[in-house]
Amino acid sequence: MAFGAFASTATAPAEPVVRRRSRVALWLLLPGILYLALFFLAPLLSLVITSFQAPVEFGDIGQYQTAFKWENYTTVIGTYGPHIVRSFVFAATATVAALLFSFPLAYFIGVKLRRFPLLQALALTLVIAPFFISFLLRTLAWKQLLSDESWLVSSLHGLQLLPPGAHVTGTAFSVIFGLTYNFIPFMTLPIYASLERLDLRYVEAGGDLYASPASTFLRVTVPLAAPGIISGALLTFIPAAGDYINASRDFLGSTDTAMIGNVIEANFLVLQNYPAAAALSLILMVAILIPVSVYVVRSGTDDLL
Amino acid sequence: MAGSFAESGADLELVGITKRFPGFTAIEDLNLTIPAGSFFALLGPSGCGKTTTLRLVAGLEEATAGRILIGGKDVTTTKSFQRPVNTVFQSYALFPHMSVLENVAFGLKRRRIADATAKAHEALRLVELDHLAQRKPQQLSGGQQQRVALARAVVNRPALLLLDEPLGALDLKLRRQMQIELKTIQQDVGLTFLHVTHDQEEAMTMADTVAVMNKGQIEQMGAPEELYELPRTAFVANFLGQSNLFTGPVVTSTSTSIVVDVAGRRIEIPTERAQRHAGDVTVGVRPEKLMLHTSAPEEQPDINVVGPGRVTDVSFSGVSTQYQVAVPGLGSMVVFAQNMVFGPVVSLGAEVWLTWNTDHGFGLADDPADAPRFAADTDTHSLALQKREKLEAELEEA
Repeated sequence: MAFGAFASTATAPAEPVVRRRSRVALWLLLPGILYLALFFLAPLLSLVITSFQAPVEFGDIGQYQTAFKWENYTTVIGTYGPHIVRSFVFAATATVAALLFSFPLAYFIGVKLRRFPLLQALALTLVIAPFFISFLLRTLAWKQLLSDESWLVSSLHGLQLLPPGAHVTGTAFSVIFGLTYNFIPFMTLPIYASLERLDLRYVEAGGDLYASPASTFLRVTVPLAAPGIISGALLTFIPAAGDYINASRDFLGSTDTAMIGNVIEANFLVLQNYPAAAALSLILMVAILIPVSVYVVRSGTDDLL
Repeated sequence: MAGSFAESGADLELVGITKRFPGFTAIEDLNLTIPAGSFFALLGPSGCGKTTTLRLVAGLEEATAGRILIGGKDVTTTKSFQRPVNTVFQSYALFPHMSVLENVAFGLKRRRIADATAKAHEALRLVELDHLAQRKPQQLSGGQQQRVALARAVVNRPALLLLDEPLGALDLKLRRQMQIELKTIQQDVGLTFLHVTHDQEEAMTMADTVAVMNKGQIEQMGAPEELYELPRTAFVANFLGQSNLFTGPVVTSTSTSIVVDVAGRRIEIPTERAQRHAGDVTVGVRPEKLMLHTSAPEEQPDINVVGPGRVTDVSFSGVSTQYQVAVPGLGSMVVFAQNMVFGPVVSLGAEVWLTWNTDHGFGLADDPADAPRFAADTDTHSLALQKREKLEAELEEA
């Protein structure tokens, strides 16, 4: 939007007043542009350069020189293909799970609690309350709660709902559970914002026009809450696909559940294979950008959030 | 829920309907029968319970007591989507995420009626909006949205069509046009219309039968002319147009006329136009029935004379001029005079006499002791009640 405004004033006939205003806008935008250039564009460029680097011949581990080694990309895709697929499957599953959990919650807070502003505010506070505790601590707490010695898991073993020797932590289930848990507020708040504005007269009109409550929900309530659902899904899916905490061996995952974030982390910090890590980061970025832009265009909405 | 249209309009019958919200009664023991194919208007001030009545019929509220029958079938316990009823909402409530065409076809598709899209186009042609079928409701003007809302309801051929002040948001000219269109549609398709409004003129021009509602009860019901010419209560006399009312004891009562003594003046009305024939009664006459005289008129049989009084206000309104005349002992009287000459017939401060044909008077059924003059129901109490009703309605939904 800001760029659009810019472009139009630049080509506009040179009326003095307009000119002045456009200069003010430019000055106001300058800090933002500088910030983006310095902390987003420059690192991105550096990342692209790194992704094509080749190891220094006879050099130490972690020594690379500028090159155009595009094989880096094919190598990482060959090696880490399953991790990339897993990241998207986990993130998509967690997004759906978070949506199924958040929609009723948001509906309850945004529609049913309308009459009670105090309760509504309290419920909203509870939704964001987990943010008062560190993300790492909360995930560690779940590791404890789901560990083999925990009350929950031993009960499940006792009731023979879990086969002997089976674990909860370190499985795909626990990783998806952790992702879902951690991103529920990001899903709930945008949906709440949509439902809170939902005009119930539309719902009444649905009933008046022979739509059963279920049909009214699907054809009236959900479409009217779509902007919230879309932004909630994006806010959940994008960070979840790149998440490396939940799937980490130190938290809820194991080597079998490693996601692309874990692989990038390992390549940067452990293996010191910077070009591979950079190539993976860019692949992740593009792989997220493509489905997300398709999704946004398909949903036909540009007023997200 | 059959996949076909109602053959014709259906009777609506309300039997002993009571609706209570916590700490507040909106409707008290309401009985009402609306014959099939009629255009029925429920008229009343804000907060009188008319919208609640409509919502009860639509199935958007549940009655505390009583039964609702549509076409002889008891629908009291059915939900709104199961009733052969459609509503044109005051806010139109057109679905913003659907095109005009999708809005109109919505009800047909839910009932799985064949050729929903073709029928929706047909309904849009009826309201002359077919060329805008692909637009979103937000892209239409208020009047166009109103017509879409009407098409969306009428297309379903409901046995009963409910109109909740649908013309409230329109300007006067568009309103007139829509009133005529509505009436035409009703006559063309032969549906039963229940129209809720606070606009007495709208109710009178459109409806076959008008029921004036006040404080959750129907005060009087009948053809518009009948209600206007022969109001039964002070509320009706003043809500439906204006009235000059006088209260006094009956001094003479014959089979043809009764005479009421009001501050020493004898006011005669025909016996069959009086609801009460003894004791203190309130009698009245409509402002346009009064004649202004600048000199004392001769006493004649069949003519009531009051005066002299003084003109305290003159206001010009196009076709007529409204005069306020202060008559000692009777209070302030309102007179409408057709503008057949240029300028007012009499000017401010003039001394005038008022006469009217005794046949034009009417006697009210109210006991003058407990029903004094009507006060406009827009005080804070009634606004608070209305607000409460709205909130309770929301609570009820939740």
